[in-house]
Amino acid sequence: MIEKVFRDEWGRVLASLIGYFGDFDLAEDAAAEAFAIAAQRWPSDGVPDSPVAWLVTTARRRAIDRLRRDRVLAAKLRLLAAEPDTAEPDTRDSMDTTAIPDERLELIFMCCHPALAVEAQVALTLRAVGGLSTEEIARAFLVPPETMKRRLTRAKAKIKVAGIPFSVPSDPRLPERLGAVLAVVYLIFNEGYGDPDRPGLAAEAIRLGRVLAVLLPAQPEVLGLLALMLLHDSRRDARFDGQDLVLLPDQDRSRWDWRQIAEGRALLDRALLDRALLDRALLDRALLDRALLDRALDDARAASGPYVIQAAIASLQAEEQLDWPQIAVLYGQLADRTGSPVVRLNRAVAVAEAEGPAAALAIVDQLDLPDYQYWHSTRAELLRRLGRRAESRAAYQRALDLARTGPERRFLQRRIAEI
Amino acid sequence: MQYALLIYSRPGATEALGDDEQEAVHRQYLELRELPGMLGGAALHPVETATTVRVLDDAVLITDGPFADTKEIFAGFYLVEADDLDQATEIAARIPAARLGGSVEIRPVVTGP
Repeated sequence: MIEKVFRDEWGRVLASLIGYFGDFDLAEDAAAEAFAIAAQRWPSDGVPDSPVAWLVTTARRRAIDRLRRDRVLAAKLRLLAAEPDTAEPDTRDSMDTTAIPDERLELIFMCCHPALAVEAQVALTLRAVGGLSTEEIARAFLVPPETMKRRLTRAKAKIKVAGIPFSVPSDPRLPERLGAVLAVVYLIFNEGYGDPDRPGLAAEAIRLGRVLAVLLPAQPEVLGLLALMLLHDSRRDARFDGQDLVLLPDQDRSRWDWRQIAEGRALLDRALLDRALLDRALLDRALLDRALLDRALDDARAASGPYVIQAAIASLQAEEQLDWPQIAVLYGQLADRTGSPVVRLNRAVAVAEAEGPAAALAIVDQLDLPDYQYWHSTRAELLRRLGRRAESRAAYQRALDLARTGPERRFLQRRIAEI
Repeated sequence: MQYALLIYSRPGATEALGDDEQEAVHRQYLELRELPGMLGGAALHPVETATTVRVLDDAVLITDGPFADTKEIFAGFYLVEADDLDQATEIAARIPAARLGGSVEIRPVVTGP
C-alpha cells in the first residue's frame, strides 16, 4: 500500500516542491526526505487522508529547516518566514489537497524540453515523473548506474543554468512541445515493448500516458497515444512463445488482454468524437442520422494526428477478420502525415494482404532503407511468397545481420531454414 | 536571466534576396534592438576582415582570418534579459539568420561573482 502511494505520488509531490522552491535538486532532496519519514511513520501511525498534502507539507518544512541552518541560502529565499516551525504534520491532521495544485504538467514539460538531449529527457521523465530510482532506470536502459547518474546530473544542471522553465508552453507553442512529450513517452514504451526482458518500461509508459490523459483530457493525440499503447500492450503475453517472437496472425487471441483492448478502443472513440463533434450543428443532425455520424468519424480520422491513426490501426488489428484494405488506407494517411519511409513499409505489408505480394513489393522496392532490418525482412517475405527463393534467402540473411534481440534473430533463422 | 544570442549566418544568404527583402531583413535586425530586455549586441564585419591571434612562448602569432572553411560564420550577437529559455528562444526565432539557412546559439551568461 505505502509503496504504491510512493510510486503514484512521487511526481505530484516533486512537482509541487519544484514549483514552490524553484530548484530541482532542493525539491528532490526534500521529497526524498519526506518519503523516508513517511516510510518510518505511516506503518504505525496510518496513512494520512491526503498523502500528497502530508508529503508536500513535511518536505517543505524539513527543507526550510535545513535552509534556515544555511544562512546564505536562507537570505535568498524570502518565503521562509511564512512557514510554521513544526517538523511534520500529524498523520491524522486533515489537510486540504486542493491547496496543493497539481503541477505535474509543468514538470513533464520541463523534463521533456527539447533543449535537453532525448536520452536525458527520457531518464529525467522516468526519474522525476515516474518515480523510478536512478538504478532502476540504468538497469532498464542497460547502462552502468554511474553513467545514468551523470546523465541525470548533467540534465538537471542544464535546466538550472540555461533557465529551462517549469511551465506549460503557451498556446501557439503547445502542439510542437506536446509532440516532444508524447515522443518521449512512446520511446519509453517501445524500449519495453520490443524486449520481453524489460516489460516494466511499457507499463511505466502507460502509467505516464494515463497521467497525461488526466491532465490534458481534451488533446486527441494524448488519448490516441494512450489508446495505442494499451492496444499494443494487450498482446504482450501472446507476442512471445517463451523467448520466441510470434507474429500477429499466429497469436493466440485468447491470451490478449481484452479489458485493455476495450479501454484502448473507448479512448480512441473519445479522441475521434471530440474532433467529429466540434461542429455542434453536425452533432444535432448526426444523432438522427447514423450514416452522417459515421462520415463525420471518418473525416475526423482523416484529420487526426499520427497517434490517433496508429491507435485506429491497432484497433483494427484486434479484429478477428482483419480489414486489410482499410488498414492500408490508414497507413497511407499516416505516411502522408509523417512522410516516414518506415510507415510506407508498414503500408506495403497491408497492401500485400489486400492486393497480393507483387503490388506490395513494388512499394517496398521504391523505399531506400538499407540499414533497416524490417525493410529486408519484409522484402524477404514478399519475395518468398512470389517464389523467388534465392533472393528471399539473401534478404532474410541481411535482416539477420541487422537484428538486435535474441527472439528476432531466432525468428529469422527459422525463416531462412524453412525456405 | 541573461542570454547571449550568437548569430551564425550562411554566407551570401542575405545577398541572394531581392532588394525589398534585404531591406526587410535589415529592418528586422534593427527592430530586435528595440525589444524590451535587449541589453546590447553587435553586428560584425565579414569574416574576410578577421584576424586571428595566438600567443606561443610570448610570441604573438597573427594570421589572416580563421582557417576553417565553415558553412556558417559568426556574424554578431545580441545580449538579452529574459525570464527563461523559452522567452529567449522566442527572441532568437525572430533573428532573420535563423530562417535564412543559418542558426542562433543561445548561451546563458555568467552573472554575479
